[in-house]
Amino acid sequence: MDGRPTPMDYTFQFSSVWVAMPRLLDGARLTILLSITTIVIGLFIGIVCALARTSGSRWLRWPAATYVEVIRNSPFLVQLFLIYFGLPSLGIRLDPIHAALIGMSVNCGAYATEIVRSGIDAIPRGQLEAARALGFPVPAIVRHVILFPALRAVFPALASQFILVMLGSAVISTISVEELTGVAHSVETENFRPFEVYLVVTGIYVTLAFALKVTFAGVDRFLFQTRGRA
Amino acid sequence: MIREFGLVEFLYLVSAMKWTLALSLLAFVCGGLLGLVVALLRVAPVAPLRWLAIAWIQTFQSTPLLMLLFLMFFGLALFGLSQDAFVSVTVALTCYASAYFGEIWRGAIQAVPQTQWQGSAALGFTFLEQMRHVILPQSVRIATPPTVGFMVQLIKNTSLASIIGFNELTYAAQYINNLTLKPILIYGTVGAMYFAVCFPLYLLSRRLEVKFRVDH
Repeated sequence: MDGRPTPMDYTFQFSSVWVAMPRLLDGARLTILLSITTIVIGLFIGIVCALARTSGSRWLRWPAATYVEVIRNSPFLVQLFLIYFGLPSLGIRLDPIHAALIGMSVNCGAYATEIVRSGIDAIPRGQLEAARALGFPVPAIVRHVILFPALRAVFPALASQFILVMLGSAVISTISVEELTGVAHSVETENFRPFEVYLVVTGIYVTLAFALKVTFAGVDRFLFQTRGRA
Repeated sequence: MIREFGLVEFLYLVSAMKWTLALSLLAFVCGGLLGLVVALLRVAPVAPLRWLAIAWIQTFQSTPLLMLLFLMFFGLALFGLSQDAFVSVTVALTCYASAYFGEIWRGAIQAVPQTQWQGSAALGFTFLEQMRHVILPQSVRIATPPTVGFMVQLIKNTSLASIIGFNELTYAAQYINNLTLKPILIYGTVGAMYFAVCFPLYLLSRRLEVKFRVDH
């Protein structure tokens, strides 16, 4: 009556989605690339800020805590808009990919900080005191007594956070980054088959998430399980 | 004409926040109810029911929320069910929340000592009676802090509703930004508004966590 399709008249058509598959896979490649870059930068930010957050100096603790709480308690989408639309008005021009990368890394860094910090908090104080008593130099203490055990303890939590980073990257399509969701949007406006396109793309995301899970399990075994447990 | 960001514009944002809160609350209630079912199925004594719950949780936890929103938005219309953005968003957020609540509450249920199960089984309770009278009352304490914590995620994620055109806080922010062209001010304000809701919840979840840990 009003032209609205009823359950009966719709026929699924995936052929136009298969035709667009190479483009979708290109988009998936960008998703993977951006996610991995974000994970590396985010983990770095996380380690630095977690050390700051647990340090003796209040001038290091407070800025790190503020950063973490502000980011974790506001939506990623708003942070992204603030960077992509806001920075140019301060004279900093960014193309969408760089804006997305900054937004994702800053966001991922805050979550990574909290996770790494909980790992550092879980280290028994005696370990630190023992290392100091044995006269370990500070960098060695940070590396072997604080960071390695902390990261080993929280690696599963970091891995799930990193998978959320990959899934969350779908949102950067809103600032016109041509990653998987961005490509899906273009394809869908051309072939008028949004449901089929997004169904296939969802399948690609699920596959990527599964692949990441397997990879992280492997990394965990390789880095943390084979070198004898403390 | 470029407008200034004044009181009227600010009040417009505040009134849009109503929808963000309504959406969050609705997703919490519906997602919570469905999540409870998922959690119960996840620990049910029948294996196929457990598999069903695991599949549900895994599927929704490895799908971007944005994809769920698109699928519901286009899917519900396709099947002639609804063309309303509000309905699509609610359904998508409900599925999303149910998977996370299911997983959080499964953990809480399984954290109740085995002896409680055995004791109540020895008293001849059925599975649902065990849950209702013995297990759930105890797991509520364990489950409350992470549940409140997830509320923060839920509130933040309602912002994605703006992408399919539902007029909540983030959508209103884009609208006001188009009128005033002051992105830093507008998105900064809106970020602060989300923060004003999320941060107290986060503090509450931390306080509850400490409180319940001491009691153990």
